[in-house]
Amino acid sequence: MAVYNLKINGQTKQVDVDPATPILWVLREHLDMPGTKYGCGVAMCGACTVHLNGVAVRSCQLPVVAVGNKEITTIEGLSENGDHPVQKAWLEHDVAQCGYCQTGQIMTAAALLKANPHPTEAQIDTAMSGNVCRCGTYVRIREAIQSAAKQQ
Amino acid sequence: MENNTTNHSRRSFLKSSLLAGGGLMISFSGLAKFNFDGKTTVVNGSEEWSEVTGYIKITPDNLIKILNPNPEFGQNVMTSLPMIIAEELDVDWQKIMVEMGPHDNMKLGPQFTGGSNSVRMYWKPLREAGAAARNMLMQAAAQTWAVPVEEITTKAGTLYHEKSGKSGTYGAFASKASAIAIPKGVKLKDIRSFNTVRNSKKNVEGQKIVTGKPLFGMDHTQEGMLIAMIEHPHAFGMKLKSFDATETLKMPGIKDVFSMKLYEDGFEQAGFDTRTFNDLLVVVGNTTWEVMNARKKLKVIWEPIAERKETIAGFRGKNEVTIPAGLESTTTQLAKMTALAKQPAKQLRRDGDPETAFKNAAHILERTYTAPFLAHNCMEPMNFFAHVTEEKALLVGPHQAPGWIEPTVSKILNLPPDKIEIQMTRMGGGFGLRAYGHYVIEAALISKKVKAPIKLVYSREDDMTYGIYRPMYMATYRAALDANKNLIAFHVKGGGIPEHAVHPNRFPAGTVDNYLAEGWEIPSNITIGAFRAPGSNFNAASEQSFLDELAEFAGKDPIDFRLALLKRGKENPVGKNNEYDADRYAGVLNLVKEKSGWNAPENKKYSRGVAAYFCHNSYAAHVVDMVKKDGQPYVERVFSALDCGVVINPDAAINMVQGAVVDGIGNALYGGLTHKDGAAEQNNFNRYRMIRMKEAPKTIEVHFVENNIDPTGLGEPPFPPVFGAVANALHKNMGKRFYNQPFSKDFATK
Repeated sequence: MAVYNLKINGQTKQVDVDPATPILWVLREHLDMPGTKYGCGVAMCGACTVHLNGVAVRSCQLPVVAVGNKEITTIEGLSENGDHPVQKAWLEHDVAQCGYCQTGQIMTAAALLKANPHPTEAQIDTAMSGNVCRCGTYVRIREAIQSAAKQQ
Repeated sequence: MENNTTNHSRRSFLKSSLLAGGGLMISFSGLAKFNFDGKTTVVNGSEEWSEVTGYIKITPDNLIKILNPNPEFGQNVMTSLPMIIAEELDVDWQKIMVEMGPHDNMKLGPQFTGGSNSVRMYWKPLREAGAAARNMLMQAAAQTWAVPVEEITTKAGTLYHEKSGKSGTYGAFASKASAIAIPKGVKLKDIRSFNTVRNSKKNVEGQKIVTGKPLFGMDHTQEGMLIAMIEHPHAFGMKLKSFDATETLKMPGIKDVFSMKLYEDGFEQAGFDTRTFNDLLVVVGNTTWEVMNARKKLKVIWEPIAERKETIAGFRGKNEVTIPAGLESTTTQLAKMTALAKQPAKQLRRDGDPETAFKNAAHILERTYTAPFLAHNCMEPMNFFAHVTEEKALLVGPHQAPGWIEPTVSKILNLPPDKIEIQMTRMGGGFGLRAYGHYVIEAALISKKVKAPIKLVYSREDDMTYGIYRPMYMATYRAALDANKNLIAFHVKGGGIPEHAVHPNRFPAGTVDNYLAEGWEIPSNITIGAFRAPGSNFNAASEQSFLDELAEFAGKDPIDFRLALLKRGKENPVGKNNEYDADRYAGVLNLVKEKSGWNAPENKKYSRGVAAYFCHNSYAAHVVDMVKKDGQPYVERVFSALDCGVVINPDAAINMVQGAVVDGIGNALYGGLTHKDGAAEQNNFNRYRMIRMKEAPKTIEVHFVENNIDPTGLGEPPFPPVFGAVANALHKNMGKRFYNQPFSKDFATK
């Protein structure tokens, strides 16, 4: 076990955990931030996506020891009032079905638009294809990202 | 067709009660367990809202809350079911609150999500509940104002008496209304005057979903809660022999390791108590990560199972099932199926004289289709919270049918049902898998054993390799044609491990003079269960693909070919038990033909595939437009036509159909779980291929047949025909027919 001071959503959070503990579980079980989801544990579904210095990463493969001073952003901190353009677009297009994968989808989409404010459809498809949705909401996710891109 | 008055004499039951602090609550039971006495119940004491259950809650300050009775797994009943109540209650949708109801079958009806039944089974009772509540409020206002109730009108949560100019909110009369006996025979609204239902409403939980609020079972936590995981055999046909947990117990955060039985010997299972592995090796610790790690240190010796018999008391009575021993492999299973497909099978339906027709046929077309086991792969792996003590049990988590599992929990824990509280969380998918109760029982037993609140968590690998899959299927279709290539006989012989998918009374049964349906089955120790449109999801692939090939062979347009059969089925049906309505079936085909521009020259550039199917009381047809992208077949557009009667929430219904289309394309092209010596060869998404965004169509255009027929299901019906439409488009795109799912495994050989 070791103590880490993590920068999460603009705050410093202290945890005392095994160095190998993935940020996914640090968030969910040590910091009471369950918006980041466990889906596969092998970085193949994207449900656990968070931002590390603004870049989308799979938190199930990110051990706490590797974070250092980098800034983590989770769905809880993506916007103050749940009104990030991507979140608003998700509501406008009423994307969710079961909703379990959607926070990961939103985090991937938000990182994409930050890096590339006006992505082509092919760029959206490439960026989003690491996120699985069994309900099959991809068509609406794509439309929501295009809407969010327009509003930026 | 529509009975447009409230009716308390049969299944539906309404009662009202005074909320703590005053207010009206109307609740309903879909179970005919007790008689309606027309009296109200007054609840005194607590001021807490949460202590009162039912569909409608109104406070004196006119807060109106509607409770959704049914488990939510993404079909959006949290929105659509309250919309039905709001419609008849006559309230402003923007001003009401919606929340998940408690699990209470006596008050809230059957409370199960499955078989595309949610809207279908709640349509009438929820309309009645809304209408009865509105009527009681009207009576309360009429009494207060000393005017005839007939002169009272309502609009958006307010009562009016036009002559006197009086008005008041529902809240102002809620307390008084709750003391009024439930009225009988209240007239329901004319469907044509609806202004909430049939208008798109956003998902009431949308904001919570996009901000990551703890809605799911996996998110549930409680002070002192431990995490439990189960190490199950890595192969079907194996069981626990012994284990050494010495190293595991040395790992940080680990509290306990033990083995226990799920069911005691001879336990009579209910229909959804499916078990795959009865000996549980349980690791309990502080956190999921710690338990996951500690499991790797277990030293376990597994041993082969012996053949056993299980007694299952399902909906259709008691049944003894033999579970064979042995380690099964996909290759040997396929060989067994191929052999058995040639043997005599059980007759399921016969019309005319199919043998003679085949003997006299000018042409015979015969094709065989296969499909693999499919894992459900709900994005939220199975999990459940349990806190069981000697006196009571609290169970919280994602389940499609808590009322089906509660009696089993009661038996196993030896607690009466009223000491068992099940709270329904939002489910991260279900697709049929969450109708089965093993993980709820497991959680309860583990909590009882460790005397602490626990959350049982399945890893993705646990989830994918546990079983309860869509069965493995094979079906041979034969058609006899006369010299003019008219269809004179049709024969389907379907088999499966461990059950076949044949629905003998569905199209094209009823449209062909000589018809034979047969089924055969091979027992297995690999467990299976409902998977989005059970049976239908294979039938619509094989049958609709066969009909396409048959039409091509006969030189006919595939839609016109089906329409001609349906015309026969309507005008002069063969046999008596035909399940479908030929008109409605033809309706979706005609609609998709029109909307897709089936014959338009500009669409010739696409490899077009069509399919239609009837299941779960609804009708669906798709036209799939395929192109080549990066050298691979890609479904670029889809046109869908649905007939599910009245559509409650149109945009959400479109979403459901779009999702079913994507899910169907994914499973048809990529889905499949194979086994070697009993072990699943795919245990996570690195090996089990799921459809991803780059493979999803650019557009899916959804159209509904507009009618005023009572609504039927939508979660399942659009799914099965996608498989057939994809198969038929592939034929055009790749220049050959695809008979074996998943279709993409044959792309490389092309």
